[in-house]
Amino acid sequence: MTEVANPEQMLFASTTQAFLDKEASLSHVRGLHDSDVAFHRDWWQRAAELGWASLLVPEELGGGSVSGDGVADLALVAEQIGHSVAPGPLHPVSTVLAGLVEAPDGHEAFIEALVSGESVASWAVYEPTRPFEPAQAGTTATPTASGYRIDGVKDRVEAGADSDAVLVVADCEGQLRQFLVPTDTPGVAVTPQKSVDMVKRYARVQFDGAEVEGTAAVGTAEQTPAIVERQRQIALVLQCAEIVGILDAVLSLTNQWLFDRHSFGRPLASYQALKHRAADMKMWFEASRATTAGAVAAVAKRSPDAEKLVSVAKAYVAERAPVMIQDCVQLHGGIGVTWEHDLHLYLRRVALYRAMFGSPEDHHRAVYALSGKTQPQEPKP
Amino acid sequence: MTDTAISTSTTESVDEFAARARAWLAENMPRVDPDNPPFSVRAEQESWDRAKQLQKRLHEGGFAGICFPREYGGLGLDYAYQKAFDAECRTYEMPLILNVPTFTICAATLLDMGSEEQKRERISAAIRGDEILVQLLSEPSGGSDLAGVITRADHKDGKWIVNGAKTWSTSAFAGDYGLLLARTDWTVPKHEGLTMFLVPLDAPGITMRRIKEVNGNEEFCEEFFDGLELADDAVVGEVNKGWEVASRQLFHERRAVGGGSEFASGTGAENAQEMPPDHVGLAEATGQADDPRIQDLAGRALVRRLVKEQLIEHVARSIPNGSLPPNAGTLIRLFHAETTELEVDTALAIAGTAGVVDEGGDLSGLMEIGVRYLSRQTGSLGGGTSEMARNVISERMMGFPREPAADRGVPFNQVKRGRQ
Repeated sequence: MTEVANPEQMLFASTTQAFLDKEASLSHVRGLHDSDVAFHRDWWQRAAELGWASLLVPEELGGGSVSGDGVADLALVAEQIGHSVAPGPLHPVSTVLAGLVEAPDGHEAFIEALVSGESVASWAVYEPTRPFEPAQAGTTATPTASGYRIDGVKDRVEAGADSDAVLVVADCEGQLRQFLVPTDTPGVAVTPQKSVDMVKRYARVQFDGAEVEGTAAVGTAEQTPAIVERQRQIALVLQCAEIVGILDAVLSLTNQWLFDRHSFGRPLASYQALKHRAADMKMWFEASRATTAGAVAAVAKRSPDAEKLVSVAKAYVAERAPVMIQDCVQLHGGIGVTWEHDLHLYLRRVALYRAMFGSPEDHHRAVYALSGKTQPQEPKP
Repeated sequence: MTDTAISTSTTESVDEFAARARAWLAENMPRVDPDNPPFSVRAEQESWDRAKQLQKRLHEGGFAGICFPREYGGLGLDYAYQKAFDAECRTYEMPLILNVPTFTICAATLLDMGSEEQKRERISAAIRGDEILVQLLSEPSGGSDLAGVITRADHKDGKWIVNGAKTWSTSAFAGDYGLLLARTDWTVPKHEGLTMFLVPLDAPGITMRRIKEVNGNEEFCEEFFDGLELADDAVVGEVNKGWEVASRQLFHERRAVGGGSEFASGTGAENAQEMPPDHVGLAEATGQADDPRIQDLAGRALVRRLVKEQLIEHVARSIPNGSLPPNAGTLIRLFHAETTELEVDTALAIAGTAGVVDEGGDLSGLMEIGVRYLSRQTGSLGGGTSEMARNVISERMMGFPREPAADRGVPFNQVKRGRQ
């Protein structure tokens, strides 16, 4: 997906990989699950020391990226995380930072705390029983003498119970706004929600007259729709890149299995019925890499196509990946549906991402709606 | 206009070349809307007459055969010049049907394997717009097993005598010369007894017939050879080394299909039938634009089409940097087939009854979708089947074990064959 371009990026990639191998392997994921822990805060802080949370943040705010293309570097981390479906709040922290850096005034200290890994935050965008509609909010923000009063309920907030603050999307007198609300604010109640994933946890966050200062607002009403869209794009690019990493790992182990496993005196890899399935999956994998790379490049460049291309990538990757991994389960036979085999760790994460932040079906409709806006890309000679 | 190509200096930069092309195109070539290309159906002789005429004009202007060597009638320039020309000529009518197979496959293969005389005569005639080259490969007895051809060429009294039949020859009715693969030695394994011949298609002993497809098109031909006589100079490459030549054809064909041949001039769809179905327009025409189910279906097809373009770019980028092997073009071939099937199926689903019954009024014309559906498999059959593509991907890209072949290493005259 992300073609590693320069020595700094190669060093960053190898440092990230070494850290993940040592401290976020599949057995770590199993261990966290057994002790009912999503991730350890000190572990996340060590990951942040490697620069994971600084990539979207400009240098003047204490961030920086190795290649100068923070979105591409972030996608590289997400892809590597996919190889071992590693834990941690990379997605929620990055999505919040993507919003904060667009309108950093008054939030500099919190940005710094997120970059250092000292604090964790998450995007409170979903509302109970509602689909992913980032530009709509039933939660309200009512202006008060000193700031705002927030009322309403958000849910499916990733790492909500482990977050120091949430970035809440709310309706303020008919306008879409976002507010950074510390989770220890009086009137805020956080209830954990389980997920199908081994380690990813979500939360329901209820706001009952939670009072915040005026400085809690992130961006003006005019800025907010574009900021929310930017956050949506970052969230989707992270999902796609991580799924590409997952597919890379699952296809490698499945192809190796086809070579190693023998039936009727010959390797499974020699059966044409199975070879053809492996060939299809190779094609779908390369197409997944291609469309994810297209989305990453468009978001990095803030291209006018980015809105459409993230939906194209999510629609394609999230439609194909679960089908491919289930087929890998089938190719493994009975071992593929055991707790002991690692396939389900990957399948869980992919099933989660398929649904979160818009299903393929939702994104098909989004692409349909946008298809008049920008011309389809010309095939390059 | 003069009848000789303008002498092109290699000191001309790509930008200067593009600027000169821009000015010349505006003066000399008909303008078209690339989103609505003109009628140019391969089954019609008039399309070929028109293509030859346009090619002659390009040649007279000094913009033909950009990447072919100068000694064979080309300009001897590198791919960057061709790409610059492609960008300039997008809004002009180009002889696109000459790209495949004349330039990108046949001329490219002659350049690799042909004799000096074959290169001088045939390549330059094609570049001048005088001749069309075609391939005579598949046979009625088998499609995918190309090396198993049974058309025979026997050497007698200093001549080759050809007997047999070929089929699925693209546009052969319009061709002047064809590359014909024939068996010249039956006592050796199948790949070792083949020879490629360059055949004048108006020679006595050739009978040609059009194949009528389910959609009524008659683009493909079958040919019967009954004592066709060829001289020794008709051999391309060496006697019994025909498989090497055929392999070059297949190599050039894969590159051409992926849009990666420097010998193609001009890009874009050859005609409106080649354009993907307009799913949004179809949803609107049938009053279903607000139906979420239809939006999902149509959006899915739109997504696939964009992913196909992204895959083409990805493969084109990954082969030179080594992250994908050279035969990764097969991924594009297979993805194209899969996408075409989805696009056509989706169009038929949205069209509903109007795709199969001419309902008249605003819906008249939608039955074309139903007719197109009837031949949707052509993308998965032509140029090697999708099943062969999956073998190439798994065996040659991924290193999976090759299929067992009962004819491997066996003299061809001992290989079991089906009913003739």
